[in-house]
Amino acid sequence: MKERHWLRALALIAVLAMVGAACSEDTPTGGDNGTTEDPLGTVTLGEGEPITVAVIQSISGDTASLGTDQVRAVEIAVADRGGELLGHPIELQTEDDGCEASAGTTAAQRVVSDTQIVGVIGTSCSGAAVPAMEIFSPAGFTMISGSNTSPILTQAAGEEGIAHQDGYFRTAHNDQIQGAAAATFAFDELGVAKAATVHDGDPYTQGLADAFAKSFQELGGEITLGTAVTPGDTDMRPVLTEIAASGAELVFFPIFQPEADYIVQQAGEVEGLGDTAILMGADGLLSDTFVEDIPETEGMYFSGPATPNNLRYRDFVAKYETEYGEKPIQAFHAHSYDAMNILLDAIEAVAVEDGGTLTIGRGALRDEIAGTSEYEGLTGTLTCDEFGDCADPVIEVVQNTEAQESITDVKENVLFEYRA
Amino acid sequence: MADVLERPATGAPPERSELPARPVSLRRAARVGAIGGVAAVFLSSIGMVENFDARELISRLSLGYFILVGLGLGMGYIGATPPPRLEGYATTRPGAPNLLAGAIVGLVGGALLALFVWFVSVVDVRDIFPNISPAMVELLTGARDLGPGLLLAFGWSLILCVVGGAMHLIPPRFRRSVFRALGWVVGVALLESLVTTTLERAQLGRLRDFLYEPVGALSYTGAAALGAIVIVVDQVLGRRRQTFRHRVAALPWPARKRLYVLGGAIGLMGLAGLPHLLGPFLTEVLNLVGIFMLMALGLNIVVGFAGLLDLGYVAFFAVGAYTTAALMSPHSPRFSPELPFWVALVPVLVMGVIAGVFIGTPVLRMRGDYLAIVTLGFGEITRLLFLSDWLRPYFGGAQGIIGVPSITIGPFELSSPLAFFYMIFGLAVLLAYASYALLNSRTGRSWIAMREDETVADAMGVNTVAAKLSAFAIGALFASFAGALFATKIHSVVPSSFTVEESILVLIIVIVGGIASVPGVAVGALALVGLPEVLREFEEYRFLVYGALLIFMMLKRPAGLIPSRRRAAELQEDEEAQDAWLKEATKADETARGEPS
Amino acid sequence: MAETIARKARRLTTIDIFLWVVRIAAVVFILIGSVNSLTSGRLSAQQWRDLLVFGVAQGSVYALIALGYTMVYGVLRFINFAHGEVFMVGGMIGYVVSTPLSRTSLWTDQTILAMIIVLLAAVMASTSVAVLLERVAYRPLRGAPRLVPFITAIGASFFLQYAIAGLFGTGFKNYPAFPGLSGVFEFAGFRVLKTQAVVIGMALVAMGALYLFIERTRAGRAIRAVSEDQETARLMGINVDRTISTVFAVGGAMAGVAGVAYGIVFGQIYFLSGFVPGIKAFTAAVLGGIGNIGGAFVGGMTLGGVESIGPSLVLTGLGIPSSNQLKDVFAFITLVLVLIFRPTGILGERLSEERV
Repeated sequence: MKERHWLRALALIAVLAMVGAACSEDTPTGGDNGTTEDPLGTVTLGEGEPITVAVIQSISGDTASLGTDQVRAVEIAVADRGGELLGHPIELQTEDDGCEASAGTTAAQRVVSDTQIVGVIGTSCSGAAVPAMEIFSPAGFTMISGSNTSPILTQAAGEEGIAHQDGYFRTAHNDQIQGAAAATFAFDELGVAKAATVHDGDPYTQGLADAFAKSFQELGGEITLGTAVTPGDTDMRPVLTEIAASGAELVFFPIFQPEADYIVQQAGEVEGLGDTAILMGADGLLSDTFVEDIPETEGMYFSGPATPNNLRYRDFVAKYETEYGEKPIQAFHAHSYDAMNILLDAIEAVAVEDGGTLTIGRGALRDEIAGTSEYEGLTGTLTCDEFGDCADPVIEVVQNTEAQESITDVKENVLFEYRA
Repeated sequence: MADVLERPATGAPPERSELPARPVSLRRAARVGAIGGVAAVFLSSIGMVENFDARELISRLSLGYFILVGLGLGMGYIGATPPPRLEGYATTRPGAPNLLAGAIVGLVGGALLALFVWFVSVVDVRDIFPNISPAMVELLTGARDLGPGLLLAFGWSLILCVVGGAMHLIPPRFRRSVFRALGWVVGVALLESLVTTTLERAQLGRLRDFLYEPVGALSYTGAAALGAIVIVVDQVLGRRRQTFRHRVAALPWPARKRLYVLGGAIGLMGLAGLPHLLGPFLTEVLNLVGIFMLMALGLNIVVGFAGLLDLGYVAFFAVGAYTTAALMSPHSPRFSPELPFWVALVPVLVMGVIAGVFIGTPVLRMRGDYLAIVTLGFGEITRLLFLSDWLRPYFGGAQGIIGVPSITIGPFELSSPLAFFYMIFGLAVLLAYASYALLNSRTGRSWIAMREDETVADAMGVNTVAAKLSAFAIGALFASFAGALFATKIHSVVPSSFTVEESILVLIIVIVGGIASVPGVAVGALALVGLPEVLREFEEYRFLVYGALLIFMMLKRPAGLIPSRRRAAELQEDEEAQDAWLKEATKADETARGEPS
Repeated sequence: MAETIARKARRLTTIDIFLWVVRIAAVVFILIGSVNSLTSGRLSAQQWRDLLVFGVAQGSVYALIALGYTMVYGVLRFINFAHGEVFMVGGMIGYVVSTPLSRTSLWTDQTILAMIIVLLAAVMASTSVAVLLERVAYRPLRGAPRLVPFITAIGASFFLQYAIAGLFGTGFKNYPAFPGLSGVFEFAGFRVLKTQAVVIGMALVAMGALYLFIERTRAGRAIRAVSEDQETARLMGINVDRTISTVFAVGGAMAGVAGVAYGIVFGQIYFLSGFVPGIKAFTAAVLGGIGNIGGAFVGGMTLGGVESIGPSLVLTGLGIPSSNQLKDVFAFITLVLVLIFRPTGILGERLSEERV
C-alpha cells in the first residue's frame, strides 16, 4: 500500500534516532566544572550565593513521618548555625524519595542536574538510595543518609555490599547489627531457643528478619518458621496458627502498621500462641499510634536504634518541640542531625575562600567526610569506615509494660543494650 | 431546563415573531451556586487551599487563593450560561440577566462558604477533620476578625461570580481568546520550573526575568503581556486558521498526505531537538513518559483495538523487567549469565509473549467484566509471585534484583538521559508505526470486528481465539519491552514497582489520551506521567485529580483528548448529531440576521 | 458409541485440551497438598477447625460487600468499582460516630442502642454516597458502551479514597472496643469469637432481609422486573430511574453495615481499607454466581474459607514456604479455576439472557 512509503520514512527516522542515541552520550553533569584542581568537579559560589544542600527524604505517603522527621532535624541543624556557613546562607532543597527506586531515581536526577548543589542528605529508604547512588557517585556527589540501614549499601559480613558506591555514607546502623542485637536479646537474655520471623514483603523488614534469623541461628537457636504477610491482609489468624503449630517461643515481626496491629490483636485468640509466645517488633512500630493506641501491645519487646541520652540531645528535642509543636515522630532524626553537621563541617574544612568566592572541591569533600574520626554527635562517637558506615551503633531493646503510659516512657524502658 | 420548556410552541411558529425565551435559568444558577459552595468547602476541608497557599502563582496571589478565585469565576460563568436555543424560540442577547445569574451563584455559594467558616471557627472539629485548622480559617477570612472576615469572604464570592457571569457579555469570538489567554497565563505560572529551565537553556534569560519574579511566581507585567499577546495572536490567526483548515480539507488525498507527512517529519525533528532545550532532569522525565508511552501503546492494542479490558497489564511489564534483570545483572540470584542487552532482549520478548498467551488462554471464554477482574487478579498474582519467599532464590523477594547495567550499543553505553531519550524516542516511533501497521493489517481488522460484536464476528468467520491471543501476546510484547527498558534505566527491579496502580495508570493514559488512538497515547502519557513530575505541589492530590479527571472525561469526552476517528464516532454518534444540528440551527439563524458566527 | 466419541474428539480444539490439562493439574495439586498437610499432623484438629471459623467470619464481611456488587450487576450489568469505597465510607463514619459515643455513658449502659446508632449513621452515609454516585456519575452514562461507566467507576473509586484521606487524614482510625464483645463461644467443637459471631449474624440477617425485600415487596418486584428487561419494565409503568436508585441505595446500605462489621472485627479502618476487600468481594460475587443473592453469600464464605485454609492446606503441603504470603494468589487462582470449571459461578448466574 502507498502508506508504506511514509511509514517507512518514519521508521527511518526511528533508526536515525537510535544512532543519534549512540553518538550522543554526554558526560555526567558533575564533571562540568571539572578542572585540574579536583578530578570530581568543584562548586564555585560567588559572594552571597547560597550553599545548597539537597535533602531527599520520604515526605509523602505511608512513610511520610520517617522523612518529615529527618527534614526537620536537618532544618534544626541549619538553624543551629544561624542559617549560614562561611558567610554564605545555607539553603535546603527538599525532594521526595517516595521510599522506592523509581521516585528515588527522579529525585536524584533532579538534584544531579543542579551543579550548584554541594551535598545530599538522604535518602530515607534504602530502596531509593540504591539507584540514587548510581546517579550520584559518577557525578561526584556525596550523600549521607540518616536512616538507610540495608547492608547492601555498605557491607555485609565484612564483604563489600553489592550496592556500595563511592561517595555514600550513613550515620544509621547496619541492619545486621540490629538483627544481631534482637537475636542476642532473645537467645541470651530471654533464653528462647525457638523463634519465628515474619516480614511483610518490604525490603527493610525482609532484610531485618533475615539478619535476625542468621544471628539467631549462629547463636545456636532454631528458627522454626520464617514466614510473611502481605500489606492489606487483615486476617492474621491463619499465619499465627501456623506459627503456633511450629512451636515457636518468640515471634519477631519487624513490620509496620496496620499489619502489626492485627497480629498483636489476634495473637491472643490463637491457641498455642496467646499466653505463651513472646512478641517482638522493631523500630517501625516504635510510635505512639502503635504503642499507645493498641492495648494488646503490652508486654511486647521492641528493638531499635538507641535514643540518645545526653544533654545535647535533650536540647535538640526541646528545639524540635518548640519549632514543630510535637516531639520527634520517628527514630532517625538525631542521625540526620549528625549527618548534616558532618557535611557542614566537611564543607567548612575543604572550602577555599578567595575574596567573596567560595570554591568547594567535590573530591576533597568526599575524602574529608570519609576521614571522619571520633566525631562527637548526638548519636555517639562517629567514625567512618572504608565502606561508608559511620555510625556508632547502639541498639536498644525496650519493653512496653503496664507501667509505661506513653511512647516516650516505652523508649526509656531499656532492658538491653547492644553495641557492635 | 424545565422552566424553559414550560411554554411549548403552539402550532407552526410564524416567520420572525418567535416565542420569548428565558435568557438564563435562575434555578440552575442557584444549583450551580450550591455546587460551587460545596466545592469550596470541600477544597478547604481537605487542606488544599492551605497547602497551596505556600506557592505563589502570580505575584503574591497564592495558588490557594487562586483556586478559590478560579472556582468563583468558573461557577459564575457556568451558572450564567444561557440554556441552549431551541427551534421556535428567540435568541437571547447577553445582558443584565447574566449578571443577575452570576450574582445568584455568588450569593448561594458565598453563603455556604461563610456558613462553613463560621461553623468551624466556633466548633473545633480538628479531631475528626485534621485539615480544618485555624490557619485555614485565617486564610478564608483574610486574617480578620470573624464578622468582617465572613463578610469579606461572602463579598468576594459575590463579586467573583458576577464577574464570571459578566464574561458572557464579551462577544463569543473574543471570549474564546480571553479563555485561551487565561489558560496560557495559568499554565505558564504553574509550569514555572519547566519554562524557566527551557528559557535559560535557550539563552533567553532576559525573557525569564521579565516573566517571572525571583520567588518563582509570574509577575503582573509578565502575565499581562502574555495574556495580551495570546489574545492578539488568537484574534489575528483565528480567521486564518479556519480558512487554512478548509483549504487543507479540500485538497485531494495525495497532496494532503504529503502535507501530513511533512508536518509529521518537522514535528518529529523538533521533538528530537527537545532534550537540548530541556536539560537533563526534564529529559529524564520525558524518558519516563516514553516508557509509559510504550506500555500504553501495548495496552492500546489490547483495550483499544481488540476491546479486551485488561486490568492486570503491569504483569507483562514485570515479566519483562525481571527477565531482563535476571539475565543481565551480576547480582541475579540463581544464575547470572550477564548477557548484553540486545542478546537478552530475545528471551525477554519471548517470555513476554508466553506470558501473554498464558494469561490470555484461561480468559478466552470469559465475558468482558469477568475478563477485567480475572486479569486484575493475574496482575496481582504476578507481583505477589515475584515478591514471594518461595521464588526468592530466583527473583530476590522483596529486595528484588539490583545492579542491572545500562544498555550498550556497541562500545557506547547509554547511561545519560540524553542518550536514553534518543533511544526511547526511536523505539516509540517504531512501535507507533507498528501499531498503525497492525491496525491496518488483517489481524487488526479481526480485532476491530471482534471488538464491535464478538458473536457476529465469530459468525462471519473471524477466528476470535487467534484474535484474542494475538492481542494479548502483542500487548505483552510491547509491555515486556518497556519493562526491559525500565530495568536498564532504574537499574533496580523491585516488586513494589509493579502494583495494580501502575496498571490502572496505564489504562487511564490510554483512556484519557484517546482509546485506540496512537497520538492520543502520547498526549496521555505526557499529561499523566510528565505533568505530575513537573507540578510537584499536586503530589498529595494526584489521585484525587486523576479520579476527578476520569469522571469528568467520561462524562464530557469519553473518546479521549485526541480521539481516534472511528472510536469517537462510536461513542459520540448521537451527541455529535445533536450538537451539529443545534449548531446548524444557530448559524443559520445568525446568518439570516446578518450577524457574524 | 465409538462414533460419538470420535465426533466429539474431532471437535476438540487445543484450547479445550489446555483447559482440561489445567483442570486435572488443579485437582492433582490440591489433592497432594491437602493429603500432605492433613497427614503430617502439623496442625491439630482444633486448629483446622479454628481456621475454618476464621474463614467464615472473614467471608461474612466479603459476603456483605458482595451483596451490593451482585445487585447492581444483576440489574445494570455493571461492576461498580467504587463499591469498595462505599464500604470504606460506612466504616469511616462508623468510627467518627462511635469514638465520641464511646466516651458517653450510653456506650456501656445501653450497648445495643449505641451500636444501633453507629450502624444507622454508617448506613446513612454509605447509602447517600452510593445514591449520589449513581446520580452524578453513572446515570448520565446509562446508554454508553460498557467500558465508559467502568472507567468512571475507577475514577470515582480514586476520588472517594483520596477525598476521605484529605478530609479525615491518612492515619489508621481505631474503633473503640465494644463492651460485651470480647470472649469466645464454644459450640460443637468450634471456637467462635463473639465479634466473629456478631459479624456472621449480621451477614445472615442482612441476607435474609434482602431476600425478603426482593421477593416480597413491591420495590423488590420492580427491581426484579428491571433486571429482567429494562425497556419492558418501563413500558409497564415502573419508574426505572427510581428503581435503579433503590438498588444502589440498598447495596450501599449493605456496604455500610459491612463497614461497621469490619471495624468491629478488625478494630481499624483507613482510607485504603476499601480497595482490597472491594476486589475480593467482587471475586466472591462472581465465585458464587453473580446476580444471585444466595450466590454472594456462598461466594463470600467460599472465598473466606479458601483464603484462610487454602495456603495452610494446599500450599504448605506442596512444600511452598511462607504460604500465607500467597493467600491472595490462592484466592485468585481459585477464581480462575472456578470460572474455568463452572463459568457461571457456584450457584449459577441470575441474569437475563438477552444482555449476553
